[in-house]
Amino acid sequence: MTDVLDIAVRHRLGDFTLVSSFTSDGRLTALFGSSGSGKTSLVNVIGGLIRPDSGHVRVDGETLVDTERGIFLPKHRRRIGYVFQEARLFPHLTVRQNLLFGHWFVPRPQRRPAELDKVLELLGIGHLLHRRPGALSGGEKQRVAIGRALLAQPRLLLMDEPLAALDEARKAEILPHIERLRDEVGIPIVYVSHALAEVARLATTVAVIENGRVAACGPTADILSRPDLAARPGAPEASSLLTAEVAGFDEAFGLARLTTPAGPLTIARGTLLQGQRIKIRILASDVMLSLDRLSEISALNVLSGSVAEIGERSGLGGSTVHLRVACGEAKLAARLTAKSVALLGLQPGKPVHAVIKSVSVEMP
Amino acid sequence: MTDWLTLSPEEWTAVRLSLIVATTAMLASLPLGLALGLLLARGRFWGKSLLDAVIHMPLILPPVVTGYLLLIGFGRRGPIGEFLYDWFGIVLSFRWTGAALACAVMGFPLMVRAIRLSIEAVDRKLESAAGTLGASPIWVFLVVTLPLCLPGIIAGMILCFAKAMGEFGATITFVSNIPGETQTLPTAIYTFTQVPGGDAGAMRLTLISIAISVAALFLSELMARIVGRRIAVE
Repeated sequence: MTDVLDIAVRHRLGDFTLVSSFTSDGRLTALFGSSGSGKTSLVNVIGGLIRPDSGHVRVDGETLVDTERGIFLPKHRRRIGYVFQEARLFPHLTVRQNLLFGHWFVPRPQRRPAELDKVLELLGIGHLLHRRPGALSGGEKQRVAIGRALLAQPRLLLMDEPLAALDEARKAEILPHIERLRDEVGIPIVYVSHALAEVARLATTVAVIENGRVAACGPTADILSRPDLAARPGAPEASSLLTAEVAGFDEAFGLARLTTPAGPLTIARGTLLQGQRIKIRILASDVMLSLDRLSEISALNVLSGSVAEIGERSGLGGSTVHLRVACGEAKLAARLTAKSVALLGLQPGKPVHAVIKSVSVEMP
Repeated sequence: MTDWLTLSPEEWTAVRLSLIVATTAMLASLPLGLALGLLLARGRFWGKSLLDAVIHMPLILPPVVTGYLLLIGFGRRGPIGEFLYDWFGIVLSFRWTGAALACAVMGFPLMVRAIRLSIEAVDRKLESAAGTLGASPIWVFLVVTLPLCLPGIIAGMILCFAKAMGEFGATITFVSNIPGETQTLPTAIYTFTQVPGGDAGAMRLTLISIAISVAALFLSELMARIVGRRIAVE
């Protein structure tokens, strides 16, 4: 099977050099990294806005760029949808004309009837059709921009920090639409972001970009919990991403019981429903390790497992150690002090109990 | 009183000729003005500032000098004029077409400048967005760039028209002041002021000049507003 994405490029931009290569067959590949790490440049290479000095870009097995063979497909012939950070709607056209803009340019043999109604429903923008972009809110503009890219029948959708310019309420308004897009439409997505919460919620595959290089690439849960990545200076805290199912409720205390690959967990019930499948995230600093099974402790969630891997000492003075604990079929990331690791004599294979202080629900 | 306001046939001819000359000058220079505006706004090539200077030359030179240069170049004995006559049978000197050429040359810098500025003001990010949606560069220009700079193009056309209506020096030098052939409003007014008892005619044509100028200005405002509000392309 060919990868959805196969990219290896080298490009100089002033003092900055982009040397990136990765492959992905995920439905939503996140390019994750801090500002100025080269994420946008990489996406511009895929979209055809930048012509790389050397390398290749393949999407679904088709070569879009191969400098050795002298192939460079111009952006208007790539059929790659691009959702920019600022929506870039055409101010002289109505929402409807904006939406159908790309559809009109699809080559005739490939053109399908515009699925306007489906896209309007998917993004909840039916009531905006006859307005002009100037009269839309930031969130509405961004949803129209997504619809416009979709209606151009792209084989790949690029989204360059589509939520970065929006406030929290607008982000919350758009995120569910992007999830539906990922799960229902079947067009692979490359999603650029520097926000870990977005990546944890949306991505199936993550490529970590640092200084123009791909530092790591793999399934989201694995990348987010890796000790070696968390040990890097400036890296976000490691966390464990688990899929969970609501198995039952503790009515007396307002709690919900979850079954997860790592073992059973209990969390506040909130608005959860019986049998609902959710995604939960546990920060490495919210996990304590103990050699004995503690009986008198306030934390409800204690999972048993064994140490899977121990990372290098990091942080100021090498005080911190990230490690992963194998619990059931999953691995939990934990962050301890180097002293604790030494006192407990932790080493790979050693049985431990993970005390979990807090669990956040990523996707209700 | 009514007599005083009635135009003589000669005056009507001058008014009509002026409108024809100015409209011809405006429309004929539009394609080239658009091309050069685009070239100066977007092109990066050797000699760009030289081209810019040459286009702006008529704005700086005394109009009589421009007219004289046209006479040398486009007159029946001039290199270009001779070529045009020999190959196409076109004569410019002392014809209304020559007046249109003189007016076009004088109004050209204003038109190119307005178009260039409006193209430079177009957000290129919108153009690259159109490109990712499958529009080839030509389509991007036609359905994004052009509609967005239409107000500037209209402004440039009106400026060129207004300049052509008022052109005097280059016109009279290149094609003289022949009633019915090359006598436009300004040269007609000038003629009236040179003969005894011409005050009434000069005043009538002056009022018409003012009316046309105000109308042109009003029209351009109106069009710019309409275009600015909604430019529909489908």
